[in-house]
Amino acid sequence: MDMKTATKKLSLKDKYKLFTRDLGWEPTYRSKEEVFPYVQYEGIKIHDWDKWEDPFRLTMDAYWKYQAEKERKFYAIIDAHAQNNGHLNITDARYLSALKVFLQAISPGEYAAHKGFARVGREFPGVGTQVACQMQAIDEIRHAQTQIHALSNYNKFYNGFHAFAEQRDRIWYTSVARSFFDDAMAAGPFEFMIAIGFSFEYVLTNLLFVPFMSGAAYNGDMATVTFGFSAQSDEARHMTLGLECIKFMLEQDPDNLPIVQAWIDKWFWRGIRVLSLVSTMMDYMLPKRVMSWREAWNIYGIENGTALFKDLARYGIRPPKHWDKAEEAIDHMSHQLMLGLYQWKFGTSFHVWIPSDEDMDWLAKKYPTTFDKYYRPRWEHIKKHEAATGAPFNNYGLPKLCQCCQLPTIFTEPGDPTLICHRESVYQGERYHFCSDGCKDVFDNEPEKYVQAWLPMPGLMQDPLKGDLGAWMDWVFLKDGKDNGDYATSQDRQNFEQWRAQATSNQ
Amino acid sequence: MSTVFIALQANEDTRPIIEAIEIDNPNAVVNREPAMVKIDAPNRLVIRKDTIEEQLGRSFDLQELQINLITLSGNVDEDEDTLTLTWNS
Amino acid sequence: MTVAARKEYVGIPRDRVENFHGKQLVFVSWDHHLLLAAPIMFCLPPQASFAELIESHLQPLLQADPDAAALDWNKVEWLKEGQPWVPDFAASLAANGIGHKEQLRMRTPGLSSLVPVN
Repeated sequence: MDMKTATKKLSLKDKYKLFTRDLGWEPTYRSKEEVFPYVQYEGIKIHDWDKWEDPFRLTMDAYWKYQAEKERKFYAIIDAHAQNNGHLNITDARYLSALKVFLQAISPGEYAAHKGFARVGREFPGVGTQVACQMQAIDEIRHAQTQIHALSNYNKFYNGFHAFAEQRDRIWYTSVARSFFDDAMAAGPFEFMIAIGFSFEYVLTNLLFVPFMSGAAYNGDMATVTFGFSAQSDEARHMTLGLECIKFMLEQDPDNLPIVQAWIDKWFWRGIRVLSLVSTMMDYMLPKRVMSWREAWNIYGIENGTALFKDLARYGIRPPKHWDKAEEAIDHMSHQLMLGLYQWKFGTSFHVWIPSDEDMDWLAKKYPTTFDKYYRPRWEHIKKHEAATGAPFNNYGLPKLCQCCQLPTIFTEPGDPTLICHRESVYQGERYHFCSDGCKDVFDNEPEKYVQAWLPMPGLMQDPLKGDLGAWMDWVFLKDGKDNGDYATSQDRQNFEQWRAQATSNQ
Repeated sequence: MSTVFIALQANEDTRPIIEAIEIDNPNAVVNREPAMVKIDAPNRLVIRKDTIEEQLGRSFDLQELQINLITLSGNVDEDEDTLTLTWNS
Repeated sequence: MTVAARKEYVGIPRDRVENFHGKQLVFVSWDHHLLLAAPIMFCLPPQASFAELIESHLQPLLQADPDAAALDWNKVEWLKEGQPWVPDFAASLAANGIGHKEQLRMRTPGLSSLVPVN
């Protein structure tokens, strides 16, 4: 911590100038176009890179100092968690499902973001931008590592954590996040900044981290609170970078507006689909819930998003296309996806369960217009069906997937929650299916990109698996009877309850 | 009117910072949530180094905020004396 | 719009019919029946009859639905490419004009125990 000294220090603005822009130089023996070959082709026009400035004015020396402090705090708590059987302090082992989904779907996204920022930091000519991207690249790899490290303590005791890297690539429900990040990394540097810096970090990351980490705190998971807040302390800087970057593009040239708006439209919708996984964690997987997905959306989606787009209106930016459809879908998406995850639980590397009566009452209170009317009857029927047949309800019909977001096409028509939304496009004689107008728009704007999507379900029917479900389980590193299935009969539950009983008695 | 906000981890480091923010922003609403404190304000929120130092009783570098920051909303401007969040609306 | 790129950009579709070893994909869904959460994907040779698709593959999956017992296959209204269509149960998928990755929808007006149709 700083002590009062008499020495005259540089002002923050001067220091920022010295440590960023003054580190740059004009190339002499190669042209600027040769050194930075990727900044033209997306059509974004930049006239003066020096106009870009990090509002925090964070320089590399200060960055290292504060990051080191964050790491010290993080590892002190992770060590304490491991040394004190922290895994037995969680509410109950159902909570672990949220962690498994996080590790399989989200942490690899941090690593992808690291690679992306390392790349765009090289591709942008502005020194201020390069420094900020370099910091974010280091942040993102730190997040991936601290998350994996923190959750490795759970892997010592529980199933489903052991193959997150392979499952990121191969299992079906993670592909919504994988395709999001692959799409961003396959885009040009400016689009990448809108995808990750703006849409993901600014518009959506609060919906992922803040309620999730508060949820972890509610459920006694000190390790996750710690990596979450440690990561989130960087996010404020990332969000600010994303917002600065969009303002910078819009201020540099009026021709940039339609390109930027199209990217906002696209990445908002892609982000909403990734968040559907988060919605199930918030509404269903946390034994002790902090707020509903709807309540989180009201704060971080509506209130914050409205403020943001009102602010950006001065540049001619309007709220993302399909915002109204997202708003309508908020009251449905967690229920629709959770019912899907439950019936395909033979193929999930985490456990699911039918919500208890008490949980259903909570959901009815949080979703007064939708839960009792549309979703409770389905859960009740599943419960009855299981009692009658004496077996868990599984749907061995493999779902149709969306060519864009890659989720099963479980979402319903706008205005009619009783009917699946069917959309398709034909491109060069091939038929492609979508879950929504938003996803169809993304495809129709760049069909050449999305025809290449590797979709897990059609993939299972091709080489090398040719439709063999058992071979598929081996291929996705899913241990049948251990990693998958209903929580009620799981080894995780049995172990947790046994160890907790041992920890609180002398038997 | 749009709401700007800043969220900080709830710990001993941030207690005097939150007190300082309350002093400098009479319109701010402090929400205490599990493990975090979220402070909302209409259109503008200012964080002053001087006020924090008075609460803390020692010298404070505003960039130390980075360690305990969780999230924020609004356009940021920071120099050595103040950090300001604003929405233009 | 096309993909912004620095040189010619060509995408290779991953799910072309030749990748399925003589089979094709077909999707079937039952309107206003959401117990099975998404349209179901089937992978069958185009020579398979429509009756085989329904009786051997679709029907066993539908059994969990409370309306399954009341389903009268002679009264099902079908949509193909969103248009009303009448299948020939005895004919093959190919002879029925059912192409690779085609979506078929069943409609059974009056039958919807689990969702409140307006």
